[in-house]
Amino acid sequence: MKIALGPVLYFWPKRDLLNFYAEMADQPVDIVYIGETVCSKRREMRFIDWIELADALTNCGKEVVLSTLALLEAESELKTLRRLCENDRFRIEANDIAAVQMLSKAGLPFVTGPAVNIYNIRVLQQLHKSGMRRWVMPVELGASTLEQLLKQAAETDLDIETEVFSWGRLPLAYAARCFTARYRNLPKDNCSFCCIEYPQGIQTRSQEGTELFTMNGIQTLSGDIYNLENEIPDMQNLGVDILRLSPERQGMEQIIQRFHQRIEGVTESTDANRIPLLDQNCNGYWYAQPGIDRVM
Amino acid sequence: MELVCPAGSFPALKAAVDNGADTVYFGFRDATNARHFKGLNFDRSRAEKGISYARSRGTKVYCAINTYPQPSGWQAWQDAVDMAADMQVDALIAADMGVLGYAAERHPQLKLHLSVQGCATNYEALRYYQEQFGIQRAVLPRVLSLAQVEHVASQSPVELEVFAFGSLCIMAEGRCYLSSYLTDESPNTCGACSPAKAVRWEETPQGLESRLNGVLIDRYQEGENAGYPTLCKGRFEVDGNIYHTMEEPTSLSTIDLIPELQRIGIQAVKIEGRQRSPAYVAKVTQIWREALDQAKQNPDNYLPRQQWRSELTNLSEGSTTTIGAYHRAWQ
Repeated sequence: MKIALGPVLYFWPKRDLLNFYAEMADQPVDIVYIGETVCSKRREMRFIDWIELADALTNCGKEVVLSTLALLEAESELKTLRRLCENDRFRIEANDIAAVQMLSKAGLPFVTGPAVNIYNIRVLQQLHKSGMRRWVMPVELGASTLEQLLKQAAETDLDIETEVFSWGRLPLAYAARCFTARYRNLPKDNCSFCCIEYPQGIQTRSQEGTELFTMNGIQTLSGDIYNLENEIPDMQNLGVDILRLSPERQGMEQIIQRFHQRIEGVTESTDANRIPLLDQNCNGYWYAQPGIDRVM
Repeated sequence: MELVCPAGSFPALKAAVDNGADTVYFGFRDATNARHFKGLNFDRSRAEKGISYARSRGTKVYCAINTYPQPSGWQAWQDAVDMAADMQVDALIAADMGVLGYAAERHPQLKLHLSVQGCATNYEALRYYQEQFGIQRAVLPRVLSLAQVEHVASQSPVELEVFAFGSLCIMAEGRCYLSSYLTDESPNTCGACSPAKAVRWEETPQGLESRLNGVLIDRYQEGENAGYPTLCKGRFEVDGNIYHTMEEPTSLSTIDLIPELQRIGIQAVKIEGRQRSPAYVAKVTQIWREALDQAKQNPDNYLPRQQWRSELTNLSEGSTTTIGAYHRAWQ
């Protein structure tokens, strides 16, 4: 079982982003997804900067995948996507069917990210035919659906890797509107790139103080951290190949170490070793319950 | 442009047909469609009755099977597709590639439309659906500006349908899990957004409260219009400020944009609202019929009547309308 670091979903200054990846280079992660998946106006990193970063991480022994935008609305965005898909060195994570179309035309193998709707075996087969070799399960699905899907995949000899979003704020929605700009009373077209001031997004609570969502530009993330640390043995049994950890600004090393130790069996997976989930953690989706729920 | 109207029940279907819909769309009485509400939608015999009523008056019928089946539910979706094909609906509106693939293989004569829930916002995605499944039309998500719609239309390999009037989804459809994050149902999995079973209304000393699975979505003071607790329209707290963090309760109305939509080559406009009453469907259909007829006869001098605007506004959520993402500044 491998560990993947998902793409950074927030907008961080270039120097902070590069420092973060310099720290991650020494960590026991096997796969690193890099790239902008949320907003095309975030341009701290140019195309060449991403490629240089990809080279640097590759030299540190990481498998690097270039992640792409989830909501494509403008020709300029398609152009950027095309350029990424035409690179012949790094594999692409498609987060929209536009990328699937471009990559299948080019005959290149690809990964689909959590924003691509794969809910049944026919979709897995269809996308496999188009060149998908790894998929990230949509975040609202759980163990029972995954189990049936992987059983069907095995029966039909479908050769794919399965990745599960296992730690971090869940990407829940993409909108026409930028909620960060709205919070700042700025129009989206003149947003002053204000997302850069919120390296962990903007916390949104109910009027009674329940943590609900995290606004991240046009993206809505969960307010709580999804944490499947206790479910690693279940995932091993099901045949999940890769666990995705989604970057947060603070404390990633510790999270990676904990997941790494669990996978390596350094921490025995017994009931007694289930970590008590923090108040800010959730895992409901895995158990086919509301995502925000905490199943102990 | 073709006027496509909602039929959540036989009386609503009749209202749409009688008031000038070119087409009505309906779903079956289960989770296979994106308006899975108690008491709504059609079983086989009602659907046959509805289709026969519409056909006898020259109105086309589309069937929406536009949610995402999981392995345990696949058979129900497959049966729904077979039933729609058997009833010879004029088109099947679907979102899931599995459903589209099955329909294309099994029922090659059945016309396929990509549902808004398929979330194709650009022509490259449309090409994929066209080449792989032979879709003939796509319904565009409500996230594009008018200029963006025009650009997609100029490159699109298929006909395009856009939303004209009704509830406003501000999230890219088919990719929003806010509902399943707080309840166990989402539009994708069950065809439900903020399912009624999870909604509670309570009068409290602080005002009328709406809750979803126990979580406070909004609190209304005396005289405020209370809206359905859709998560994206809730009033939440950010850094001490309480406001509609995503969107005010409002409806989409594009009655002013008809000549533009016509000019850029949009083939059909869709009225949202299978969960609405027959009276609502009748009124909205009637107004849009008049507006489309006027724009067709006299595209250069089209002027929406003030009366249409005020009637539509009165029918709208929060009694306000917006053209939403079509107008870039709204975004």
